[in-house]
Amino acid sequence: MTHSCLICHAPYHPIVTWQHVLTLKNLDILCEKCRRSFLFISGEMCESCGRPFQHLDSSYRQGPVCTDCIRWQEDDDWKDVLTKNRSVYLYNDFMKEVVSLWKFRGDYAIVKAFEEDFSREFFRHFDDTFLIAPIPLSTERLYERGFNQAKALAELLNLPIHDILTRHHHEKQSKKSRRERLQTENVFQLAEPISLANQRIVLIDDIYTTGTTLRHAAKVLLEADAASVSSFTLARG
Amino acid sequence: MRFILENNRLIPEPLAKVQGKEAMPISCFEHLPSFPVHPHFSFSTELLSFLEGKQLLLDELPFPIELIHAHYEQGYVMYKKGITKTTKGYRCERCGNEEAHLFASFFCSRCQQPCPYCRKCITMGRVSACTPLIVSCIPVRGQMYDDALHWHGTLSSGQQSAAEAVVQAIEHNDQLLVWAVCGAGKTEVLFPGIHRALQLGKRVCIATPRTDVVLELAPRFKQVFPHLPVIALYGGSEDRGKTAPLVISTTHQLLRFYKAFDVMIIDEVDAFPYSVEPMLQYAAEKARKEPSSVIYLTATPNRQWQQDVKEGKRKAVTIPARYHGFPLPVPTFEWCGNWRKAVKKQSLPRNVLAWIHDRLVGGKQAFLFVPHIELLEKIVAILKKLNSNIEGVHAEDPARKEKVAAFRKGELPLLVTTTILERGVTVPNIDVAVLGAEDRIFTEGALVQIAGRVGRSAQYPSGDVRFFHYGKTKEMMAAKQHIEKMNKEAAKRGLLKTK
Ligand SMILES: [Zn+2]
Ligand SMILES: [Zn+2]
Ligand SMILES: [Zn+2]
Ligand SMILES: [Zn+2]
Repeated sequence: MTHSCLICHAPYHPIVTWQHVLTLKNLDILCEKCRRSFLFISGEMCESCGRPFQHLDSSYRQGPVCTDCIRWQEDDDWKDVLTKNRSVYLYNDFMKEVVSLWKFRGDYAIVKAFEEDFSREFFRHFDDTFLIAPIPLSTERLYERGFNQAKALAELLNLPIHDILTRHHHEKQSKKSRRERLQTENVFQLAEPISLANQRIVLIDDIYTTGTTLRHAAKVLLEADAASVSSFTLARG
Repeated sequence: MRFILENNRLIPEPLAKVQGKEAMPISCFEHLPSFPVHPHFSFSTELLSFLEGKQLLLDELPFPIELIHAHYEQGYVMYKKGITKTTKGYRCERCGNEEAHLFASFFCSRCQQPCPYCRKCITMGRVSACTPLIVSCIPVRGQMYDDALHWHGTLSSGQQSAAEAVVQAIEHNDQLLVWAVCGAGKTEVLFPGIHRALQLGKRVCIATPRTDVVLELAPRFKQVFPHLPVIALYGGSEDRGKTAPLVISTTHQLLRFYKAFDVMIIDEVDAFPYSVEPMLQYAAEKARKEPSSVIYLTATPNRQWQQDVKEGKRKAVTIPARYHGFPLPVPTFEWCGNWRKAVKKQSLPRNVLAWIHDRLVGGKQAFLFVPHIELLEKIVAILKKLNSNIEGVHAEDPARKEKVAAFRKGELPLLVTTTILERGVTVPNIDVAVLGAEDRIFTEGALVQIAGRVGRSAQYPSGDVRFFHYGKTKEMMAAKQHIEKMNKEAAKRGLLKTK
C-alpha cells in the first residue's frame, strides 16, 4: 500500500522487515529519504553537553569536554548548574527545516516523526526515576504558537510531566550579547512554591544551542533544592 | 481565539464585557451573523485597503482586534470559519482541502480544547478550528487604464485568432481554454486581452503553480505594461500584502485572495502533481469576482478536458503551430529491452548508447530524460565514462541552476534529467531522448512537453525526439497522436510555412 510521508507528503512504500512482522513494530510514517535525513549524534561527544566532536576543530575541545562547557564551569554563578545535556539529532539543515515547519508554522503532527528515536534515546541516558519538566513558553508565546513544542516532546516519553516552571515574556534573546543574556534577570520562576529536595530533574526542550536557557531554568530548580538538573533535547545546535 | 455569541453578534473573547458566557471556537457556531454596511461609520482606509480582495488570518493583520471588530459591527468586515465540518470530516475554507490524512489535531492553547487544523496550507500560517478568516465586505473596485500596453511585436496568425478569443472571453466574463503547443508563444496571446481588461477597469491575475514561472513572467509584463502597477507574488516576495491591477501569483499566494479579480488567467493548469492541482482550482475560484472571466493556458490539457473540447462542452481555442511556423517534431519509438537490468550491470542498452554516441560525435547537445533520481545517479555514473562532462540534474539538486546554465552555454554535451526539465527550459539546437518511456511518470502530458523541448528556435526548427522503451504504453501512443493531430490541424489552417 502507498502511504504519504508525514513530512514531505510524497507517496512511498514503507519497508516491511521481519522485525515488523515478528514484533508488530509500526511501519515508518516517513519516506526513506526523510528518515535518512535525520542524523543521530553518535561517536565521541562532550561529556557534559553532548556536543559531537566529529567535525569540531580540536581547539574547541579539552579532553572529554568542549570549551563552551569549560567556560560555564569557570563561572562561579553557573558552575555545575546543569549536570549534563544529551540530544537526539544533529541540528542540520534538514532538521532546521523540519523544526521550523513544526514549531513556527505550527504543524503539530510532525512530532510523531520523532517519537521512536526520542523515547529510545531518552532511556539510554535517563530512566523513569527522573522528574520530567518541559521548558515552558511565556503565556504570550504559547498563545501565538498554540502549543508548547517542549511539552509535545515530553509527552512522547509516556512519563508523568511536571509543569513546575513558568516563564516571563521577554524580548528576543538573540539580539543581546552573551554577557547581557547572562546578566538579565531569570525569565523562569517556580509555578508554585514547592521543595524539590532529593529530586533529579530532566528538562526537556527542542534545541540546545548555547545552553543558556536550560541553565536559567536549572538554576531556579536548584534553588528549590533539586538534587540535580540535566537536560534532554531533540537536537544539538 | 474564541468568540462569544451575544444578541446575535459575535464578540471576540478578549473584548467580551459580560463574563461567564460560553466562549467557543468559531467553527462551533452554526450560524455566523453579519451586518449591513453602516454608511456613516468612519472606517479605517488602511484596514480596508489592506483587506481589499483578501481573506486573511488575524495574525496577518497588523491592526488591533478592537479596530477590526468595530468594522465587523458596522458591516465592513466579516468573520468566516477557517475549518468547517463536513459529513466525511473537515474542510479547510482557505485551501479547500478535505482529505482526512491532511488534517491533524492538537490541544490548542488558543481555544483550550482539541483543535483540528489543515496541514495542506500550513506554510501560509495555521488554519485551525478556532481560526477566523477575516474578509472585507466592500467590493473590490478597479481603476481604468486607457493605454497601458506598450508592445510593438506582431502575433502569428494562430496567436492572433486566439488573442481575439481571449478578448471576447474577457469582455463577456466567459471561460476559455487556450490550447497552445509548446513554442506557440502563449504569453503574447494575453497582451490584447489584458489591455482590454485594463481599459474596462478590470483586475487581472495570472496564476501558476510554479515560482519559476512567476519570476519569468513578471519582468515580461512589467516591460510591456511599463506604467502599470504589476506585482509578483511568491513565497518570500517583496510584494506580499500589496494589490495591483495586474497580479502574477503562485497558487499558494493566491490562497490569501477572496473575490478580488475580474480576470483569472491560469497558466500551466496541468503542470503539477495531482495533489496540488485541486488546490490551484480552489484558490483560483475563490479569488474570482462574481461575475468574472477565466482563461486557462496549457500545451497539454488532460484527457477529460480534451474530451470536453471535442464534445463542445468546453470553450477552447487552439494554437496548433509554433510561432516560427515549422511543424512539431514527432517522436519515434525504439524498443530497448530490459534497460533496468542493464543499468544494474553498469551498462545501457546498445541502441541507447549508440544514440548518445552519435550526439557526442556529431557535437549536438541533448537531454536524456529518465524516470527517477536513483536511476539518474546510476546512469550519470555510467555515462561519465563516455564523457566526463555529462551531468545529471534533478528537482532537489542544489546545483540545478548552475548545471542548466552550463548546458545553455554549451559546456555540457548531454544533460541527464528527471521530468523537472520537461517545461520551461528551452535551449536552441538540441535532441531529446527518453529512457524508459513506459514508466508511469511519463504521462501523455509529460511526453508532449518533453518532445516540445526540441526545435524551438526558427534557426533550428527540427530535431530528434526518441522514446526508448521496454513495452509501448497508451500514454506514449497518445502523446504521439497528440503531436500529429496538432501538426495536421496547423497544416489545415494554413499556419505552417510552406517550403
Ligand atoms: Zn518524506
Ligand atoms: Zn560541552
Ligand atoms: Zn488548508
Ligand atoms: Zn484552537
